[in-house]
Amino acid sequence: MSPALAIAGYGLLALLTVAMALAALRLALGPSLADRVVAFDVVAAAGVAMAALAAVLWQAPVLLDVALVLAVIAFIGTVAVARYLEGKVRR
Amino acid sequence: MITLRLAIALVLAGSGCLFMLLAGVGLLRMPDFLTRMHASSKAATLGAALVVAAVAIALWDGAVALRALLVSLFLLITAPVAAHAIARAGYISGVPLAEETVVDELAGRYDQDTHELAGTAAGPTEAP
Repeated sequence: MSPALAIAGYGLLALLTVAMALAALRLALGPSLADRVVAFDVVAAAGVAMAALAAVLWQAPVLLDVALVLAVIAFIGTVAVARYLEGKVRR
Repeated sequence: MITLRLAIALVLAGSGCLFMLLAGVGLLRMPDFLTRMHASSKAATLGAALVVAAVAIALWDGAVALRALLVSLFLLITAPVAAHAIARAGYISGVPLAEETVVDELAGRYDQDTHELAGTAAGPTEAP
């Protein structure tokens, strides 16, 4: 991979890191549980994008599996907490 | 030497990362839960899906690119489901709306016990 491409790739990783940090700040601030879940969703999406970018940058296609598993777990986690929140009100 | 294929991938990945950044900023700056979702759920999904699609184009190798495309497709399919579930749960659990909110058309029309719209079966109810 040419140095220019590598620099561009690491620049994009830095952008994703900033996005993840902003979402993590909202994750810490809250204020409600639903807010935190949405923020976690964005953190996970940034993680998926990072893993995929790293797969290209480091020539390691295995990281694509990491991205897939991260996406699946984030989805299941979000839906699980959503169901929990609804069920808590119902009683 | 940057080929056309890599240039396309770079443009896709760049716009994807910008969308992710936009989602992060919206998440931090918006005043209440639903507006935060409005900013983040679409932008973050599109951002991540674009980056992963760019990776598929950059790798351009049968099985590997297919796996990347699969991740991208999975993100696009599951994100609306998750967003719908958490938005519904948030509204039901009574997350406060922003002071600037102009209209809440669900207010008073929602049965907290059955989780159904009140007044759809027996004609429209009067707005409170």
